[in-house]
Amino acid sequence: MIREYRTIEEVAGPLMLVRKVDGVKYDELGEIELPSGETRRCRVLEVNGSNVLVQLFESSAGLNLAHSKVRFSGHGVELPVSEDMLGRVFSGMGTPIDGGPKIIPKASLDINGTPINPAARNYPNEFIQTGVSTIDGLNTLVRGQKLPIFSGSGLPHANLAAQIARQASVRSDSTDSKFAVVFAAIGITFEEADFFISDFKRTGAIDRTVLFINLASDPAIERISTPRMALTAAEYLAFECDMHVLVIMTDITNYAEALREVSAARKEVPGRRGYPGYLYTDLATMYERAGRKMGSEGSITMIPILTMPEDDKTHPIPDLTGYITEGQIILSREMFRKGYNPPVDVLPSLSRLKDKGIGEGKTREDHAGTMNQLFSSYARGREAKELMVVLGEAALTPVDRLYAKFSDEFEKRYINQGFNENRSIEETLDLGWELLRILPRSEMKRISPKILDKYWPRDEVQS
Amino acid sequence: MTEGKIIKISGPLVIAEGMREANMFDVVRVGRDRLIGEIIEMHGDRASIQVYEETAGLGRGDIVVSTDAPLSVELGPGLIRNIYDGIQRPLEKMRQVAGANITKGIDLPALDHDEKWDFVATAKMGDEVAAGDIIGYVDETDVIRHKIMVPPGISGKIAYLLSGKYNVTEKIGIIDSPDGTRHELTLMQKWPVRRARPYKEKLPPNVPMITGQRIIDLLFPIAMGGTACVPGPFGSGKTVVQHQLAKWSNVDLVVYIGCGERGNEMTDVLREFPEIIDPRTGKSLMERTVLIANTSDMPVAAREASIYTGITIAEYFRDMGLSVAVIADSTSRWAEALREMSGRLEEMPGDEGYPAYLTSRLAQFYERAGSVVCLGSDGREGALTAIGAVSPPGGDISEPVSQATLRIVKVFWGLDSSLAYRRHFPAINWLNSYSLYKDRLDPWYTENVNKSWTALSVEVSRLLQSESELDEIVKLVGVDALSPEDRLTLEVARSIREDFLQQNAFDETDSYASLDKQFALVELLFYFRDRAAEAIKRGCSIDKLADLPVREAIGRAKAIAEAEYKTVFADIRTRIDKELAAL
Repeated sequence: MIREYRTIEEVAGPLMLVRKVDGVKYDELGEIELPSGETRRCRVLEVNGSNVLVQLFESSAGLNLAHSKVRFSGHGVELPVSEDMLGRVFSGMGTPIDGGPKIIPKASLDINGTPINPAARNYPNEFIQTGVSTIDGLNTLVRGQKLPIFSGSGLPHANLAAQIARQASVRSDSTDSKFAVVFAAIGITFEEADFFISDFKRTGAIDRTVLFINLASDPAIERISTPRMALTAAEYLAFECDMHVLVIMTDITNYAEALREVSAARKEVPGRRGYPGYLYTDLATMYERAGRKMGSEGSITMIPILTMPEDDKTHPIPDLTGYITEGQIILSREMFRKGYNPPVDVLPSLSRLKDKGIGEGKTREDHAGTMNQLFSSYARGREAKELMVVLGEAALTPVDRLYAKFSDEFEKRYINQGFNENRSIEETLDLGWELLRILPRSEMKRISPKILDKYWPRDEVQS
Repeated sequence: MTEGKIIKISGPLVIAEGMREANMFDVVRVGRDRLIGEIIEMHGDRASIQVYEETAGLGRGDIVVSTDAPLSVELGPGLIRNIYDGIQRPLEKMRQVAGANITKGIDLPALDHDEKWDFVATAKMGDEVAAGDIIGYVDETDVIRHKIMVPPGISGKIAYLLSGKYNVTEKIGIIDSPDGTRHELTLMQKWPVRRARPYKEKLPPNVPMITGQRIIDLLFPIAMGGTACVPGPFGSGKTVVQHQLAKWSNVDLVVYIGCGERGNEMTDVLREFPEIIDPRTGKSLMERTVLIANTSDMPVAAREASIYTGITIAEYFRDMGLSVAVIADSTSRWAEALREMSGRLEEMPGDEGYPAYLTSRLAQFYERAGSVVCLGSDGREGALTAIGAVSPPGGDISEPVSQATLRIVKVFWGLDSSLAYRRHFPAINWLNSYSLYKDRLDPWYTENVNKSWTALSVEVSRLLQSESELDEIVKLVGVDALSPEDRLTLEVARSIREDFLQQNAFDETDSYASLDKQFALVELLFYFRDRAAEAIKRGCSIDKLADLPVREAIGRAKAIAEAEYKTVFADIRTRIDKELAAL
């Protein structure tokens, strides 16, 4: 029997206190009926004696303490799922908003998910070709990885994410029909959301995409659920329907701010910059849902996008994200100003799983060596250029001058490929060799002699 | 048995009333799913309980039952090769029982209670034994002989003890205490995780733990029974350093605690370690590894318990007279779990919201490390080395967890993001890292490796120090302003950095370097320096010296296999002589 309570005592911000309830469970979903007959959803945050503290998912406007009623559903927040979700658009709370029919659910799943047993994970090691040199060549993405894009306001992270979604393919199997994209828009503007939707439509990807849209104008509190809705749909598609799912979530910064709002309303002891102390754990319960599991063919690869306030990598949101995810792609304002696209800041970007996804049989035998060589040569080139700015070119040793030249060419050709070019991994690797030849062969310390002899024969004349 | 009722639920914190009879830190079972929890505060008949599982679905009035026992681990044959969560539930078993996700209320014994082990008794009936005495053994893996000891607190005469096949709960023997009580012995002991296991005496550590990592062994060594921390921002290679230590350290057993970290990292260890052959034993590394995995998405309270679970298991093996390393990745996540519980308990926060007792808890953990004389009459010695990763927000180690850790540990391997960007790995900063064991370990190195080890190590530090000073000058006036001698110093320092300190964890031969090879490699680099310095005196130009073809060979010297390096290094020396003579 479902009981109705008319004992709402307080409403403050996103929180509401209901008194004299009985049998309400922690984390239970509730429904508030307004005097107008409209219903809103809420969730139990704390049970304290006969009082419960609930968090609203929607705005509190129009709530009336005397005449509003609350019902509790007996279960947590759930999302009805089915394969028919592909090609559909949902609100941030999981209701269809594209005018289409309701989803006939195959199952109704708790949006919080359950942690994956580490003993049941399959290690991600399948190379995904994104067609972007700076990712494929240097920060290789693999199936089941979570690789965020750290961006700043005004940088073209949306273009890069769309490019990855469009070009991503796996080389080992040609039948890529079981590929799907789940897209979660978290508090972004209509224009940004529209950019993705039109891009998906233009390329036909929309038929294998599930969209969850919470726009900047939608209630901020709803944002706490949006990524979890998206991940629940992704888990269903990946682990029940054996699909390879790419989840793109943008913008995590908005999510964290919504979380801060609830935390502040609860008067919790704040951690850094007012974000709750459990931000790490909270983000981890989302990010860790990426991966591969034993007994299932599918996988969830996650690309969360976040804008770093003031481009500050040590801000709690990028910082904690970086500690959870398996690397990061950082966009650079400097590259963007130079007009190089996608403006990936190569040196601080990193893919932790790259070593398992590259090499013979996966990409090519020379991948690991050239990757390390390109990194260290570019780093040295950048240092040489900095020195050149202070002291002039004459102050550099001849080798350092070559390094400076290398770093210029590297930026111009390797990084700057544009948002529309789709390079195969071979093209990327060959380009790497071409650029390395600017340097003397004796500088190739990171490449094993065997590989060097094969790809750069000794008898070749050096400049 | 105390039974109470829930009155409040807030995340992992549950408050129950009617618990007056329960003890502090007793384990309780909460609700219909019998979730595991622990009492952490008592107010009158109200107990505050931290619950180690997801609390969604609990309601007011749900029943809480005390088990009247503190949070304990099962210690006995079957621990090795296993992977446990933070409260010692076997994850592999859980996978078989409950599938790929961790569901609530799974109750499985930590050790397999059915598996039979071959117990060989070494003590006889009638022997007088004391706590800690070894009464027999089980060959648990090809590498580890699991000694069965008299549990702490028990002594007397063996009334009965027989070799044979037993599971861990079957009676293997009886001890009659002088006071007349009879103690039944099993292969398994239980021990509360929050209490350190007793030993006879602590010893000052004076033997190095050899890691095969050049920068650590030569410049910042750690002692067997010592403590170390590895702080670093994300992406600086903390986890790789920790994995390398777990792989190559010359200890008998490694307990690896993944505390609030990535699930895939634990999977990596689980999949990779069985494949790696331990150079010392010729067997798989998994044969000497126990894994504790409480990943970041698993319940936060169990994360708090995980490091105690890990170190208690390590202490148990130490008590057998083994040298054990505990590697915790990362203690910052543990501290955050502490902070979260403290916040829910509405305690007055200290620095950055961490509880005021953060430092003392951390100190208690690291103090459980050490080189000890174990309990038992044979005076055997064991060692427990503790190494913790720290993940300071933004890489800034002025934050409370790093600072509290630095006050306790003796070795600091500071990871540096600028080194990591240059792909200089391990990204241990040679200028600000330190080891307080260095002086204490010098005699060992002198005796066992080479008498000039210490001198060489000092020389390398000094060279790197002068490099950083010269770099300042170069930044101001350019490299041309330096004397040829100083330019040679820069060249050699670069060579030390690239050809010695950098070590590729993913390269089969470079991953591990024996002490002898490390020594020979530095000597080789210094040989080049000395010959080149002579050449400069003769008037050779530094640019020519820097471009000698032999330098490529020097650059590759570190990746020469252990079996061949002696001859190859000798060749390189002759080449140095020849090429310099030709200038």
